[in-house]
Amino acid sequence: MLATIWFVLIAVLWFGYLLLEGFDLGVGMHMKLLARDEKERRLLLNTIGPVWDGNEVWLLTAGGATFAAFPLWYASLFSALYLPLLFVLLGLILRATAIEYRGKIDSDRWRSGWTWAMAIGSFVATFGVGAALALTTLGLPINAFGDRDGGAFAWLTVPAVVGGMAAVGFALVHGLLFIALKTDGEIRRRARTWFGNILPVAILPLVAWVLWVQFDNDTLWTWITIVLAVVAVAASYLFNRKDDEKRAFVAFALFLAFGVISIFGAVYPVVLPSTLNDAWSLTVDTASSSDYTLKVMTVVAAFGVPLVLLYQSWSYYVFRKRLTVENIPSPHSFGPAIES
Amino acid sequence: MEFDPLLIGRWQFGITTVYHFIMVPLTIGLGLLVAIMQTMWYRSNDEKWLRMTKFWGKLFLINFIMGVATGIVQEFQFGMAWSEYSRFVGDVFGAPLAMEALIAFFAESTFLGLWIFGWKKLPPKLHLATIWAATLGATISAYFILVANSWMQHPVGVEIVDGRPVMNDIFAVLTNNTALVTFFHVLAGSWAVAGSFLIGISWYHLWRRRHDGIDTVDADGKVVVGAGTAPGRDQTDHGVWFSSLRIGAVVGVIAFLLLAISGDIQAKLMYQQQPMKMASAEAACHSGTSLSLLSISSPGSNDCDNVRTILEIPGLLGFLANGDFSGDPVPGVIELIPQYQERYGTNLPVDDRLGDRSGQEIDYQPLMIVTYWGFRFMIGFGVLGAGASALAWWLTRKGTVPTSPALMKLAVLGITAPFLGNIAGWVFTEMGRQPFVVAPNPDASGVDGVFMFTAAALSPSTSAGELLFSVSAFTLVYAILLVVELKLITTYVRGGVVSSMPELAHEAGSDSDHTGDVLAFAY
Repeated sequence: MLATIWFVLIAVLWFGYLLLEGFDLGVGMHMKLLARDEKERRLLLNTIGPVWDGNEVWLLTAGGATFAAFPLWYASLFSALYLPLLFVLLGLILRATAIEYRGKIDSDRWRSGWTWAMAIGSFVATFGVGAALALTTLGLPINAFGDRDGGAFAWLTVPAVVGGMAAVGFALVHGLLFIALKTDGEIRRRARTWFGNILPVAILPLVAWVLWVQFDNDTLWTWITIVLAVVAVAASYLFNRKDDEKRAFVAFALFLAFGVISIFGAVYPVVLPSTLNDAWSLTVDTASSSDYTLKVMTVVAAFGVPLVLLYQSWSYYVFRKRLTVENIPSPHSFGPAIES
Repeated sequence: MEFDPLLIGRWQFGITTVYHFIMVPLTIGLGLLVAIMQTMWYRSNDEKWLRMTKFWGKLFLINFIMGVATGIVQEFQFGMAWSEYSRFVGDVFGAPLAMEALIAFFAESTFLGLWIFGWKKLPPKLHLATIWAATLGATISAYFILVANSWMQHPVGVEIVDGRPVMNDIFAVLTNNTALVTFFHVLAGSWAVAGSFLIGISWYHLWRRRHDGIDTVDADGKVVVGAGTAPGRDQTDHGVWFSSLRIGAVVGVIAFLLLAISGDIQAKLMYQQQPMKMASAEAACHSGTSLSLLSISSPGSNDCDNVRTILEIPGLLGFLANGDFSGDPVPGVIELIPQYQERYGTNLPVDDRLGDRSGQEIDYQPLMIVTYWGFRFMIGFGVLGAGASALAWWLTRKGTVPTSPALMKLAVLGITAPFLGNIAGWVFTEMGRQPFVVAPNPDASGVDGVFMFTAAALSPSTSAGELLFSVSAFTLVYAILLVVELKLITTYVRGGVVSSMPELAHEAGSDSDHTGDVLAFAY
């Protein structure tokens, strides 16, 4: 029972992560795609400026909660995905430093280098997270001990690529919706147009992943959530066409929610399927911590999660205003403090 | 060529952790000081405190982000490279990590975002509260991660079920005496870092003001504050650096005192909990009570027969360990090894998953050249930093620094002392625990039988090639980023307060940026 609650909570954490850092990562990639000049690049960067770091903590919390509640899942998944997670880490390192350092020195070369770091770091991290999530739902060559068989590249399979592309496609369109919601002026309209144009293609890998999981498992009720996901994404498309950005964003968030529910719902109670032998798959019960630990963590989460939601929502409320290129101050140039 | 995955895995953990812990103490220490500065500004409305907040706040952020970027690596690599460790300890070790993320990291990062972008947006009192909340988050994160680390030094709150430690008392884990005293030690170490940081950088600016002829001294040697022509180099500027320096000196001295007190308690716990670490800190091969001042051995050997003690203080080691000059002798490495062999075995289990390490003989003696010198460098840099802080206080009693360029360079160089002390301390305490990753405590205070060998903790499926690739990638990226961070810090330091307060440069003329709807801060 407790283990199931924690399975749900981990799905919630991943939903929170994809919902929040999903658009951060998309905005990061769009600094090289959607943005046309330096003012627009800075505009995009500053839409996520105050909130991106808090969003990224959802990833740390998802990782930490998996470690605490399902140590065997955490150990098998993370060690099996050694190289892809290494690239996620390197991507996130590049991104974090790019956000903070890009504006610190007034030089075109400096900024251009960090723009690339931001775009590439965002892309690599998104792809890696998607691949990892796809593999934990579609399976890895895990042996009886929970260790990976087949060497360093055993993870490099079709599901990994589908999952990676799914996350990238999702982040790209989700980022556009966020930009349309958070900016004003020409770029706002462009983000809406782009969203309408690329949405049908961008979500294809995600749809493929959801259906693959669905056909791999015999869960019936997730067909309902899949239908709801389709309705939500269609609604998002239509709201966007009517220039109703708020509803388009909410509908797209629902699409993500139903997608996550469909995937995690279909695989339950398995948390990491073994492609070698079904008996070696890790499940909610075989991978979880003791009841005592789960109880402790439930109490902590019951107080901690609502508190986090409260102050994180407040920070979004504080920075609710749309930004335009006119809001962005000109770069600050300075030299050593010496007497002229 | 055959590479030993265990060795590479350990190097990777060492490199990434030491690097992470260059940034972290500065974040914790400087964050607190910036919060105090902003509080002073809020209370006094004195421009000086605002400038201090902005300047040190900027350096704080440049450094903070590196701690964030390298911190995620820490949480991920337990599972990636040390999956057997994660499986073995997950029931108890994962909890503080999850709590750290949920309780500390969310608060730290969310409120810091509010602080960075909240200037002129939030009411001043609320804005002040955000930096305190972020600092509190950083401090709490240190507590939780030290709870996790201390459990590896002194396992408590668990029982063995099916060969694995299973948590049965979270309060015992959270109030582990090793964790509480280590928390204070690490906090004090962080404040020491921030203190020296303030002293070194402020000294440089006060020295420059004298060098450029802005500040002079009268016949009594007391400062006569002047005003320069460059933006921001007015009379207030002197106050910025002078107050920062004095704060740094006071914080430095207090921090080093707290370091000594908490370190002394730690030594006594270590003697009870991990006698082998105590013995190896002293390179004490045989039982005794003398503290070695200088022991040498032939380079590269870790052999007790080669250790020669040249200088020692009778009784002092016994005092450090027991609080008693005439007490029982502290057991030496040679006496301890058979006890460890009897309790924890002579060989690793025969298990294919251990690869080449299957059935290997266990060497219970830590690498003494590292533990012995790590212990001494830690204390040495601490004493050096304490003395330098006190000296800085004395030399600036008349309102500014001497004109000597050599002294200025020493003050700047002194910034490194507490950093190096921190690194040495961590290397000592982590290497002194080997060959264990979870150290057993022969003393009754730990849960008997809970231990794990580092050699058994590595991910069985992770190859030496993967580890070699990742350790190279991390080392390369970290090295580049360290250069970048140092370049940014020196650029902003040389720029003075104007670097973090553009408005100082524009005060004279009207600037379109500061009218209308332009953000007070933007990336």
